[in-house]
Amino acid sequence: MDWQALWLTARLAALVSAILLVISLPLAHWMVFSRRRWTFLVEAVVSLPLVLPPTVLGFYLLMAMGTRSPLGRLWSDWTGHPLAFTFEGLVVASLFYSLPFAVQPVATAFSQIDPALREASATLGASRLRTFLRVVLPLSIEGVIAGAVLSFAHTVGEFGVVLMVGGNLPGVTRTVSIAVYDHVQALEYREATITALFMLAFAFGVLLAVYGLRRRPLAAGPLA
Amino acid sequence: MTLAVHLEKRLPSGFALDVSFVAEGGVTILFGASGSGKTTILRCVAGLARPDAGRVAIGDRTLFAGDAGVDVPVPSRRIGYVFQQLALFPHLTVAQNIGYGLDGLSRAERQTRVAEAADSFRISNLLDRRPRQISGGEQQRTALARALVTSPDALLLDEPLSALDYAIQLHIMDDLRRWNAERRIPILYVTHSHREAFALGERLIALEHGRMLASGSPHEVLDHPAQATLAELAGFENVFGATVIARRERAGTMQCVLTGTSTEIEVPAGTAAEGAAIRVAIRAGDILLADREPVGLSARNVLRGTVLDCGLHGSTVVATIDADARFVVHLTPGGAETLGLRPGARIWLIIKTYSCRVAR
Repeated sequence: MDWQALWLTARLAALVSAILLVISLPLAHWMVFSRRRWTFLVEAVVSLPLVLPPTVLGFYLLMAMGTRSPLGRLWSDWTGHPLAFTFEGLVVASLFYSLPFAVQPVATAFSQIDPALREASATLGASRLRTFLRVVLPLSIEGVIAGAVLSFAHTVGEFGVVLMVGGNLPGVTRTVSIAVYDHVQALEYREATITALFMLAFAFGVLLAVYGLRRRPLAAGPLA
Repeated sequence: MTLAVHLEKRLPSGFALDVSFVAEGGVTILFGASGSGKTTILRCVAGLARPDAGRVAIGDRTLFAGDAGVDVPVPSRRIGYVFQQLALFPHLTVAQNIGYGLDGLSRAERQTRVAEAADSFRISNLLDRRPRQISGGEQQRTALARALVTSPDALLLDEPLSALDYAIQLHIMDDLRRWNAERRIPILYVTHSHREAFALGERLIALEHGRMLASGSPHEVLDHPAQATLAELAGFENVFGATVIARRERAGTMQCVLTGTSTEIEVPAGTAAEGAAIRVAIRAGDILLADREPVGLSARNVLRGTVLDCGLHGSTVVATIDADARFVVHLTPGGAETLGLRPGARIWLIIKTYSCRVAR
């Protein structure tokens, strides 16, 4: 078992899902509740990582992080080192890669809230922020949890993007999925089996938690 | 406090709203069929929908003025709104629902106000329950308390009682009236039920296709409906097309024949000329029945017919009678028993001239 890779993966996934939670709440709120004509455009862009081959996404991210791109140059001027093949680079890439997994459950939960509840809140004098915190968020908490868990799990499982953007630097960018690949390349089937089994159990456990949560009626009166 | 409303709004569907009225303190009924624009008016007053033009003001506060570019945001309008589906927050208790709009107050003051409002609407024993765990009438009371605890300058009610038992409706409205007795805020009450309109309203505005048809006291507007559409809404179960065949100016009546039948009836004289097409509206409860031909009556219209169908609805027997034209008649179960009312029975209908309303 490659504990270093496991620890790195856990740190990466926790950081990514935390940042995505912060991004996806306002983003999903805007997508669901603003009635702009071009909302669909943003929806399509957000969902792009779902259908794009990870290597393609990784390729573009690698280009964007390179010192020849304005973004990459800004980062290296600021920090003194390039973004590609670093842990930070991996975080940035994972944010894009896992974005739809965070946004979509949250957006689905938001869209199932009766519009009259938000209107009632407004007529009672509540600002948009207060309506969000006291009505929208509590009523879609299951979707928010699902979004956080799914984006965590999806980040744990990424491979193609990591390989393109992070490479395989132990302790820096070598995640569990890369470690499995490495073991197989080196014909270390025993290590590969243990790590792979661990990942299988983890992924299954996460999905059990997500689907179990969705079906469970809440004790204190079921939510709408 | 006075609510002044002038609204113009076009919807993509082609529906056009154009109304202008003033609601004083007390209950004003907005009455009309679905699609007449009642809810759109409430939404525009609350700021949930934006009119194309017009003006909304409460007291000396302007909430919307199309020409001056004034459009006060919903949270700042201080207009209470009770939604048709009530829109109680399902994750909050009754107490939390009622206290929702009291954000700026201290905890102690909020609790006092919530307790007062809950007391006014008789739900003090339910404060810890959630909306799912209380009855429809109790949910209604919670929604009213939640809207009123913030002391709004006006209250908008969108058919909130239509799903409830009539007795419960009256009870709740009594509590609402009592609450409003000193405050005298304008209450706009939307309904399509003439029973609610009669029972609840001090003033009534009848709407059709986004326009105001008539206004006045509920009895003025609904007892003498000037339009056939209004007559049906106002609970005139019998509305017939008819043609004037003779005017008797001295008697103040006119004779007409019901369209598609040979049935002639006498109605109060209106402005219609001989040969003109009119509508005749008769309430089902204004028709008397007899099991043999009546003699020595002052009533001018005695028709012979056959009972097609009769049955008990609540505490009223509803009978359908074929007297060439088809009449709906309401009577008490006792009355029906005395007559031996059953399908196929021969029956006489007795209709006073002044029970017949003439509408366009």
